Amino acid sequence: MTPLISFRDAGVAFGSKQVLEGLNLDIAEGEFVCVVGASGCGKTTMLRLIAGLHPPSEGVVSYAGQAIARPRPEIAIVFQDYGKALLPWRTVSGNIELALEAAGTPRAERGAIIANLIALMGLEGDGGKFPSELSGGMQQRVQIARSLAQRPQVLLMDEPFGALDAMTRQGLQDELQRLMMQQRMTVFFVTHDLEEAIYLGDRVIGLRRNPGRIGKVFDVRIGRPRDQVATPEDPEFLRIRRELYDFIRDTEREPAS
Amino acid sequence: MNWRGAILPVSVIAAAQFAATTYGIQSDALASPVEILASLLQALADGSMIRATLETLGAALGGLLVGGSAGILAGIVLGLSGVLNRLMTVSIELVRPVPSVAIIPLFMLVFGLGFRLEIAVVAFGVVWTVLVLTRAAVAGIEPRLLEVARVLGMSRAQAIWKIVLPSALPRIFVALRLAATVSLIVAVTVEVAVNPLGLGYGMQIAQQALRPEWMFAYLVWLIIVGWSFNYLLVRIEGIVLRRMNFTGPRR
Repeated sequence: MTPLISFRDAGVAFGSKQVLEGLNLDIAEGEFVCVVGASGCGKTTMLRLIAGLHPPSEGVVSYAGQAIARPRPEIAIVFQDYGKALLPWRTVSGNIELALEAAGTPRAERGAIIANLIALMGLEGDGGKFPSELSGGMQQRVQIARSLAQRPQVLLMDEPFGALDAMTRQGLQDELQRLMMQQRMTVFFVTHDLEEAIYLGDRVIGLRRNPGRIGKVFDVRIGRPRDQVATPEDPEFLRIRRELYDFIRDTEREPAS
Repeated sequence: MNWRGAILPVSVIAAAQFAATTYGIQSDALASPVEILASLLQALADGSMIRATLETLGAALGGLLVGGSAGILAGIVLGLSGVLNRLMTVSIELVRPVPSVAIIPLFMLVFGLGFRLEIAVVAFGVVWTVLVLTRAAVAGIEPRLLEVARVLGMSRAQAIWKIVLPSALPRIFVALRLAATVSLIVAVTVEVAVNPLGLGYGMQIAQQALRPEWMFAYLVWLIIVGWSFNYLLVRIEGIVLRRMNFTGPRR
């Protein structure tokens, strides 16, 4: 099967500083890939390459065989800082509608799409509220709903649950899992939470830093749906967790930038 | 408004009236509060004050409209384009400090006397403030929002209309309020200096006729007009921003 997204010897340099180097990675359609690594290893930059927000300094990053030069409608992002990514002067519905306005969806069709997304993300009754009236977890649901309004093939998530408390985070992890199983979307998920990466991912990519590069790839062969209680006790989960911790500890001994 | 704030002006007026009635005023420069009030009421009754007010406000608002929209437009363009901004900064900083009064002779040659002159000078007087503040507001927009616009595939016009302008609006309002005050000042200045129109011209005539009570009547009326003008703008701003859910720390 041809990969949906592929990195070919891709690298990024900011001035004389090499941030990412020699990236080679294929992501299949429908795959859930998690990226972990010590801070400053270029996780977010890797995501921005796929998003088309940053061009690679060398090599190619491509979507369905085409080099990614700018943001594409098939690729959506969920940022960590929902407080900055949502428009404070628009309601929940208005924020979701923004994606439809950008896509040129006829006004008459928008209402039904928005209502669907609000139901899908468990935001019933909040459509008329402003982001500032919602909790962090609910705001992040709004941002996910807005990116889904783009009807993307690929969802890029940059530490989407990093700013949320543990209970909210687990709830959203499970909803994300359910969503992916339903819609068969490809997900590229950046996180610094190793358990989260194993729990959600089909594959976990461990990055080394300075310059950022792919250090080790872990296949997670645990069936779905996964469970917040049972899965972390699965021997396979524990084995990968041990290896991943060893790997990260090892990368942190390397000098930081 | 806090009633305690009225203590000082009311006592000053009372003292002035007391002094005027006790000692009498023989002056070409002063008048008693009662005389001033009488002149003001008379001028309001015969319509001359209202006409002058409409002329001055018309010119001030016209200039505010022209200068304000030019300033907002240019501010957005320069705030979004680093290249254009670097190209224009020196020129703007050179022209900006020119006092608006100093541009009157040149604009008189171009426009002659009348409304067009006054509107042009007011526009010149407000455009730079609005431009500089709008530019700062646009340059200070949350970068994440601009990324959201890119990721959603918005056109440049869509991004400006739906994201840049609303984000910058609270600070653009601050600029417009400053500009509104300036517009009235400049309009009256032009009238006092050269233009045979409006409140400034009325004051000028009263002064030349050695009628201090008229002059003060115009002055008192100007305070009322200026205060109301600003109050109106603050109310409009409050309504618009509240409807857009801009409250608290963003202002």
